Amino acid sequence: MIQRTPYADAFTYVLMALGFLLLIGPFAVIVAGASQTVQQVNAVPFNFLPQGQLLANMAEAWQRANLGTAMLNSFIMASLVTFGKVALSAMTAFSIVFFRTRFKHVFFWIVFITLMLPLEVRVVPTYAVAADLFEPIRLLIAWVTGITVSLNWNLLNSYAGLSLPLVATATGTFLYRQFYLTLPDELAEAARMDGSGPIRFFFDVVLPLSRTTMLALTTIMFVYGWNQYLWPLLMVTDPTYKTTMMSLVALLPSENGTPDWNVTLAGSLIIMLPPLLVVAVLQRWFVRGLVSSEK
Amino acid sequence: MDKRAVFRSWWLPTAFALPQLALIALFFYWPAVAVVRWAFTLEPPFGGAAEFVGLANFRDVFADPLYWNSVVVSLTFAFAGTLSTIFIGLVLALAVDRQLPGSGAVRFLYILPYAIAGPAAGMAFRFILSPERGLMASVNSAFPDFWNPAKYGSHALILVIVVFAWKWAGYTFIFLLAGLQSVPKSLTEAAAMDGSGPIRRAIDIQIPMLAPTLFFLLVTMMTEGFVGADTYGIVARTTDGGPNHSTEVMVYRIVEEAFRGLNYSGASAQSIVLIGLIMIFTFIQFRFIERRVHYK
Amino acid sequence: MADITIRAVRKSYGKTATLHGIDLAFASGEFVVILGPSGCGKSTLLRMIAGLEDITGGEIEINGRVVNTLEPRERGCAMVFQNYALYPHMTVADNIGYALKVAGVPKAERRTRIVETARIVGLGDYLERRPAALSGGQRQRVAMARAIIREPGVFLFDEPLSNLDATLRVTMRAEIRKLHQRLSATSVFVTHDQVEAMTLADKLVVMNKGHVEQVGQPLDIYHRPASTFVASFIGAPPMNLMDARIDASATLARHEHLAIPISSAMAAALAGRDVTLGIRPEECRVLPAGEGLPARVDFVEELGSGRIVHAAFGSRIFAAAIPLDIRVAPGDLIGLALPPAQLHVFDRETGRRLDVTHSAGRHEPVRQAAEAV
Repeated sequence: MIQRTPYADAFTYVLMALGFLLLIGPFAVIVAGASQTVQQVNAVPFNFLPQGQLLANMAEAWQRANLGTAMLNSFIMASLVTFGKVALSAMTAFSIVFFRTRFKHVFFWIVFITLMLPLEVRVVPTYAVAADLFEPIRLLIAWVTGITVSLNWNLLNSYAGLSLPLVATATGTFLYRQFYLTLPDELAEAARMDGSGPIRFFFDVVLPLSRTTMLALTTIMFVYGWNQYLWPLLMVTDPTYKTTMMSLVALLPSENGTPDWNVTLAGSLIIMLPPLLVVAVLQRWFVRGLVSSEK
Repeated sequence: MDKRAVFRSWWLPTAFALPQLALIALFFYWPAVAVVRWAFTLEPPFGGAAEFVGLANFRDVFADPLYWNSVVVSLTFAFAGTLSTIFIGLVLALAVDRQLPGSGAVRFLYILPYAIAGPAAGMAFRFILSPERGLMASVNSAFPDFWNPAKYGSHALILVIVVFAWKWAGYTFIFLLAGLQSVPKSLTEAAAMDGSGPIRRAIDIQIPMLAPTLFFLLVTMMTEGFVGADTYGIVARTTDGGPNHSTEVMVYRIVEEAFRGLNYSGASAQSIVLIGLIMIFTFIQFRFIERRVHYK
Repeated sequence: MADITIRAVRKSYGKTATLHGIDLAFASGEFVVILGPSGCGKSTLLRMIAGLEDITGGEIEINGRVVNTLEPRERGCAMVFQNYALYPHMTVADNIGYALKVAGVPKAERRTRIVETARIVGLGDYLERRPAALSGGQRQRVAMARAIIREPGVFLFDEPLSNLDATLRVTMRAEIRKLHQRLSATSVFVTHDQVEAMTLADKLVVMNKGHVEQVGQPLDIYHRPASTFVASFIGAPPMNLMDARIDASATLARHEHLAIPISSAMAAALAGRDVTLGIRPEECRVLPAGEGLPARVDFVEELGSGRIVHAAFGSRIFAAAIPLDIRVAPGDLIGLALPPAQLHVFDRETGRRLDVTHSAGRHEPVRQAAEAV
């Protein structure tokens, strides 16, 4: 479309620049502050120019908040959440979409309702479940057989406890379902004519075709898993299972100590980096996953 | 949802869905039942027999002025946060959608804040908008006490809303941009043929066509503001609910009651109220999505 | 090679019935075309033969074996889908060979057969491509190769040519016919395109609203349609139909104010009955005004090889094919001659063909659909 609109174009650039300042500006402040000394970072007015202390501050933060362990734990937790979601949701969606059975509606609703209650509002009883995983099973056995068994399994302070409750939601299932519904019916029928059963069809046709969906889901679930705050905060009391989000507290300057915000900012920068990298590098997939999972 | 389902088997789909259904049963339905059970009983934390108390827990909750404070804070937070994220996202999406040179780059950049966890962003903003250092210190040295979130509740509330808006503006931007790009080009071209300029077109054609996306974002962001995973983190790491409860949103209060006050029953009763709210949101959204699918 | 027998087959979804008792028999090696408008149940019938659709009632027998409860793979059928249904992530070779892979055929043998099959359909050079990199016609060939490689007893085609452009459709039609001559497997081909049906079929089945209207050789059906539906569905432009009453005393059929001459045999057989008369446009003759029955030219379609006159005849528009040397313009008055021997007559109530032995006596009694089995 050819239309000369110099004023509108100029205005558009002004808006884009404002957006840039608003959304990217804070990153600039974080990077600048993280590279300064304690004196520089506390200077008024603030100096936006990065200085040479970035690596030193990062090393200091790394040590102070024991970020090595935390980063590893966060990575394991985010990977488990991602893997669990990518695998289990693919299977659930497959059973919802490709089978002619009454169960699929039941399954659909069982999964759909989980959209209604985010972890945050049921966090208290979820904690109780994680603390005593077999309570429902014990109750069931007691109810059916009348025998009281002592069967205990505590998920607190474990990777399973960190990741499993986060897998128990609907997001991934809907993303896959949406994709499966776009596959023509004839594809499955052709596979049937070729003599392949459902399992074979799942592995030979559905999964290879889902690559895009998987990648999209991987990016959003990794960011989701990495950024979990409340759940690990409740679950973990053993420092060996601490995640990065919990290390934030250790990075905050104490009320009356040195206001070494340069170290705090350097530490937050380290913690922000992995999801930032995922989103930056895999943005295409990330955006696709986001836009299609929420609709 | 009724694709011509092809395979017939009852055990296979069950087996395929079982792992996730088991997780959902254990970590979703069982806790959800527990929330209801606890809300109507009084149970000494960690042990002791629960006693059915009917609506007593709710009465206690509703009698507590701090609870109503958290409702007001949550409402303010969610409304202000939602409106500002949608406004920023919309303006930026309209600008980027014009596809002038350079819009590709900013489009890439605008999304980045969404990758940052709420609590991490909160920590950073604690510095960026601190009264003594960072950006606001210069203003404060000129006008003493102009900005002090540690002292003034209203300032603290603005601060958490800013963090929320910063993180989520990129998210609404993605959706609104996707929405704009799905507006048929022929429509804007027709408007251009009719002689309308870019700003007229935005107001007359593009924004009305975005109505479904805007509505979706309104519901999503309101839900996020009330119970979102990041809302707790933002409040906890930016202001700790303070000063003097002025940023204590409902989720924050529930967690505090349960784990600091060890008042499971009170926390559960509050959860039930919140769940009611979310169910209304979800219901609205579901109806809306259904209708849209229908119109397709 | 396999024969197929369909006995009283019904299909219903909940309370709505889509097939009402179909009886058909296809001989081994026959090329059967099932023709009908969309929604007539032809695809459903095909999919029931394939095993993709449950059979509500009745029986389907392939090679003497009732297949009602057999899985598709156990029926010995291969199918070509309307949208080809190629596996997008597999190469042409993998697409063609997938059925063999599932069946556990060793890799080396598979490869040989893939190459051989691809050669038959002319895809030898494209084996390593993905479907997305192929043209519509090539995809169609992959879909056919995928069916051929299994050496099935029965080929099922579900409107396979409807996604191709007109030129390609003609080419592929010829190729399918040639392929059938070469492989001589029983083929069942579903289409809504009468030209495809006429050119491909050994045996043509015309369906409407879940019933079989007529079964027979294409030319038989064209010349002796068993019902007004078949008469108007086959032939382009369609047969002209009009209501009339047979007047025995004057060997005339009266339509509105018009008197149409009929054969004495028809007059005798159907005296006083309300009927529907039909005549194909190419059998109508156009005469100068004042001769024959009066009509006024509405518009003229030029076909190059001839032209079609659409003329107001009584209260309806009649189509008549005329040779190029007759020129008419809209508004012209003309005369129409309807040769009595070429008139088709149908029962007004049921729409079924009524048979009258014309004086020329060149037609045999119509084979009714039910008798065909």
